[in-house]
Amino acid sequence: MKLPIYLDNHATTRVDPRVVDAMLPYFTEHFGNAASRNHEFGWEAEQAVDKGRKQIADLIGATPKEIIFTSGATESDNLAIKGVAEMYAEKGNHIITVVTEHKAVLDTCKKLEKNGYRITYLPVMGDGLIDLDMLKEAFTDKTILVSIMYANNELGVIQPIREIGKLCRERGVLFHTDGVQAIGKVPINVNADNIDMMSISAHKMYGPKGVGALYVRRRNPRVQITAQIDGGGHERGMRSGTLNVPGIVGLGEACELCGREMETETVRLRYLRDKLRAKLEAGLDEVYINGSMEHRLPHNLNMSFAYVEGESLLMGINDIAVSSGSACTSATLEPSYVLKALGVGDDIAHSSIRFGIGRFNTEEEIDYVAAKLIDVVNKLRELSPLYEMAKEGIDLSTVSWAHD
Amino acid sequence: MAYSDKVLDHYNNPRNVGSLDKSSPSVGTGMVGAPECGDVMKLQIRVNDESGIIEEAKFKTFGCGSAIASSSLATEWLKGKTVDQALEIKNTDIVNELSLPPVKIHCSVLAEDAIKAAIGDYRAKQSKQVPAAHAVV
Repeated sequence: MKLPIYLDNHATTRVDPRVVDAMLPYFTEHFGNAASRNHEFGWEAEQAVDKGRKQIADLIGATPKEIIFTSGATESDNLAIKGVAEMYAEKGNHIITVVTEHKAVLDTCKKLEKNGYRITYLPVMGDGLIDLDMLKEAFTDKTILVSIMYANNELGVIQPIREIGKLCRERGVLFHTDGVQAIGKVPINVNADNIDMMSISAHKMYGPKGVGALYVRRRNPRVQITAQIDGGGHERGMRSGTLNVPGIVGLGEACELCGREMETETVRLRYLRDKLRAKLEAGLDEVYINGSMEHRLPHNLNMSFAYVEGESLLMGINDIAVSSGSACTSATLEPSYVLKALGVGDDIAHSSIRFGIGRFNTEEEIDYVAAKLIDVVNKLRELSPLYEMAKEGIDLSTVSWAHD
Repeated sequence: MAYSDKVLDHYNNPRNVGSLDKSSPSVGTGMVGAPECGDVMKLQIRVNDESGIIEEAKFKTFGCGSAIASSSLATEWLKGKTVDQALEIKNTDIVNELSLPPVKIHCSVLAEDAIKAAIGDYRAKQSKQVPAAHAVV
């Protein structure tokens, strides 16, 4: 077993060597511009792009023409939301999203808000999922778009996408989903799930960074978006810019591998995740799961270790790469807005760790991580005045703390 | 973020972890911060009533590595000082000693606050104490 252990697969993933192999010839040998129509180099590049487009479409039940290549999911989110807002401005100015969305969606919506659009930010329930009845009530006759992520990047919770899509379809409202964390991990079919647009990123699924895609439905309904990057009219005018051919080859290959191995990989990842959880719960008192376990990605675990601050915990497990919802890991000193949206106390948010298990993790690594965490949490609790008070039977919520 | 060697040393080998009897008149207890802010420090001193010298200092901290290191360092510095000397410890001394980055300065401020709170508690207890010799029988 090699240290450090990477368990932060929601942030990014290692590129699968098979993906690298597929990409390499497109840097040096077949380096053509896919838009060059009059020579062999261009044709080879175009063929590679076409293949990639089909591989992506096949994974999500779309047609190749519905795949628009971008630089990544942040651009895809921007293109989908701003593109629809601009295109359908005459129809309405109201967009519905959720407080736990990725910043690429939230900040895009905030920008639109400044430009006169009205945004509804739906809350989530204690398990991280939205209340469908609240969504129903949020629609107005001015609503043009709903943007709700498939699976959350911190909690791994999977929203009721099919039902959300159905509610949108019934009302003639377009539905965009940020699918970054879910694609290639759980089965997705844009038709069964009633999805009109979906953001895709390669580097979250063992592909390269800097390439992604936006699925844009062409039929029932035909979705139109206003381009946000102008130029040579690539991607049927929706996204100009020379195509990143090696990146697209990598994204395509990554999709094909995920699709082919999903069934067996899901079983393996869920086993590792459940083992990690069971070991931590057996070895420590007062650990809490954040978010629904039932509606959740198989490879995610988000846990709070009460009375221990997240950053100090990360410091103690410095040979394990994970993320914390603790304020100290950010510059703002605010704990994770996603955890806060669940209604968990700030102290619990400060104590949270996100584990993202991936294709290259082994059972031996999971055993090591569990043992190490138990050891460090116990050590830090020895140091924790809060743990001491709790053990003395003091209810911490009744203590009046000295604030600045 | 990269931690300084001194922060790492205090984190890995915290000095003077523990608790003193908070009901003792010779012990001053300072508890500062709040769980929702991500930092709570408890700092205790035991003072020799005759000499006014801090003979023992203990801490427990919920917080990041820099907060743990700041309070651990504070206990080291407190021991052997008089209460008046202890009040001269400034948060900037802690920042310099541990090479804390700007985003962690609040940890050193909290440690200074904890020292002051502990001394304040000790002095409040002392002023309430009626010396045994003058006790009314």
